[in-house]
Amino acid sequence: MTTTNDSPVVELRSTGKAYGNIRALHGVDLKVFPNQVTCVLGDNGAGKSTLIKIISGLHQHTEGEFLVDGRPVRFSTPREALDKGIATVYQDLAVVPLMPVWRNFFLGSEMTKGPWPVRRLDIEKMKKTADHELREMGIVLDDLEQPIGTLSGGQRQCVAIARAVYFGARVLILDEPTAALGVKQSGVVLKYIAAARDRGLGVIFITHNPHHAYMVGDHFSVLRLGTMELNASRDEVSLEELTNHMAGGTELTALKHELAQVRGVDVEELPEESDLTATAS
Amino acid sequence: MGMTQQAEPAVTTPPASGPGMERDGRTKQRPLALRLLARPEIGVFLGAVAVFVFFLVAAPPVRDGSSMANILYQSSTIGIMALPVALLMIGGEFDLSAGVAVITSALTASMTAYQLSMNVWVGVIVALVVSLAVGFFNGWLLVKTGLPSFLVTLGTFLILQGVNLAVTKLVTGNVATDDIQDMDGFDQAKAIFASSFDVGGVQVKITVVWWLVFAALATWVLIRTKYGNWIFAVGGNKESARAVGVPVTFTKISLFMLVGFGAWFVGMHQLFAFNTVQSGEGVGQELIYIAAAVIGGCLLTGGAGSAIGPVFGAFMFGMVQQGIVYAGWNPDWFKAFLGVMLLGATLINLWVSRTATRR
Repeated sequence: MTTTNDSPVVELRSTGKAYGNIRALHGVDLKVFPNQVTCVLGDNGAGKSTLIKIISGLHQHTEGEFLVDGRPVRFSTPREALDKGIATVYQDLAVVPLMPVWRNFFLGSEMTKGPWPVRRLDIEKMKKTADHELREMGIVLDDLEQPIGTLSGGQRQCVAIARAVYFGARVLILDEPTAALGVKQSGVVLKYIAAARDRGLGVIFITHNPHHAYMVGDHFSVLRLGTMELNASRDEVSLEELTNHMAGGTELTALKHELAQVRGVDVEELPEESDLTATAS
Repeated sequence: MGMTQQAEPAVTTPPASGPGMERDGRTKQRPLALRLLARPEIGVFLGAVAVFVFFLVAAPPVRDGSSMANILYQSSTIGIMALPVALLMIGGEFDLSAGVAVITSALTASMTAYQLSMNVWVGVIVALVVSLAVGFFNGWLLVKTGLPSFLVTLGTFLILQGVNLAVTKLVTGNVATDDIQDMDGFDQAKAIFASSFDVGGVQVKITVVWWLVFAALATWVLIRTKYGNWIFAVGGNKESARAVGVPVTFTKISLFMLVGFGAWFVGMHQLFAFNTVQSGEGVGQELIYIAAAVIGGCLLTGGAGSAIGPVFGAFMFGMVQQGIVYAGWNPDWFKAFLGVMLLGATLINLWVSRTATRR
């Protein structure tokens, strides 16, 4: 299922980003292959958002290299990233709540017909295509005219993913798609992540939930305080190790010793440093 | 990967969904009357009808054809500007300089042509360039600085107001421009911007036609074109629009330039209708345009609205303005009447849309 012999679509080489004198991201290496889900995990403020903003073209990196198809790039607008096949589904989903579902589906890439002075939206075709694409993903909506703001979080998420897949994304960046969802809805979204991967996309799955990550992930990168703490493929790391890294990793072990000294906390159940074998590469 | 495949779909379909298309069965079609009432254009249309009927009863002269033409003329001078102001509002911004920008345009055309003793069309073209440039400046400053449009356009409003008066006095030594009636090209320009034509013995001003043409064009652009889609998007959620590749900067700046175009058109009308321009006029008009757009159902915060709503909004204003005169009341009441109408229309719209969209 995973074809690692392909060359990476997107590659970061010790990339970093500074906002003024604040270093948000530093020395990050990341490779995104087609047919693979690359999970980026990290706590709040770890630099996940900064990382995807660089890849999606909202911000520019200030150090290191950013390559697409092996060629260094520097996007100045999200449009440029989209043109290279890098689509992002943001946490706020990048939808306009008051606009109908089909208008949102095609926003920024509208279908038109007719010669210039009377070039107009091909509403019929857009509605039909949107409906078809959504049904392909298993989303059935009665009324594509309803404002997208009236859909549930999971539905909106899936509309956004379906949109990215339809517009020929090669790399799909998902920014915490399961963060605000219930258990069942998260399951649906994870299913679409797997579906997108099986259609040949390289998926970058940003999350702070190691359980969700481990269900679909082929490669895991953990960010902490703007640097890479762990960079391992699925066979190099177990869910337990991943969870530990997310929970604070080595820092947690230090904390454990401190707690033990303060007031006899039972630390037997907590993992030892030696358990956290997967090393940052 | 096994676990993910077992997850159930979030959207479960009811077992018996009928012979037609598969439906999710969670939305119920509301009655047509309620759906229509939920549209703000219908609310303002009913309001306009109410005001019309009121004056038909209260002011008998209104029933006359020429009075009606006069009311429509009055509405059109507000309405032509209310259209781009409405589009701008749907796009999430508003323009306080729109009122004085009309006078700036008229003054520019008049003084350029008169002082250089050239064909008036030279003045008209220069005025167009100046008006578009003012719009561009507003939009560009807004996009570059990220300041709210209130602040940016308040600045331009004050600047233009001062420049209008000061430059006119400097050039003509007077507060009004010189009469350009007997200059080359005047009649030609007047035919386009300020002529009248006969409909069954009633003289109708050409601005009424322009108003309706622009309204139809704006409606088409808004609903049927890419650009219209972008207007809703930048007003509804600027960040999202940018993220999916909508040219936000272009859309915002061009909307301000569209207001510039409207100001130029109305300015040219005033110039060729009255032959001279009073440099101190126009102050306060911007709020009338904004009010017409809001009464017309455009969301002050952007993202929703129409072009047809402001047409009815402007008609309400023209109706009241002239109706008060025909009813023989003191015209000083006009502004008070407007305020009541604005609040009333907004409250009724709010109430109607809440009632009609209740699930």
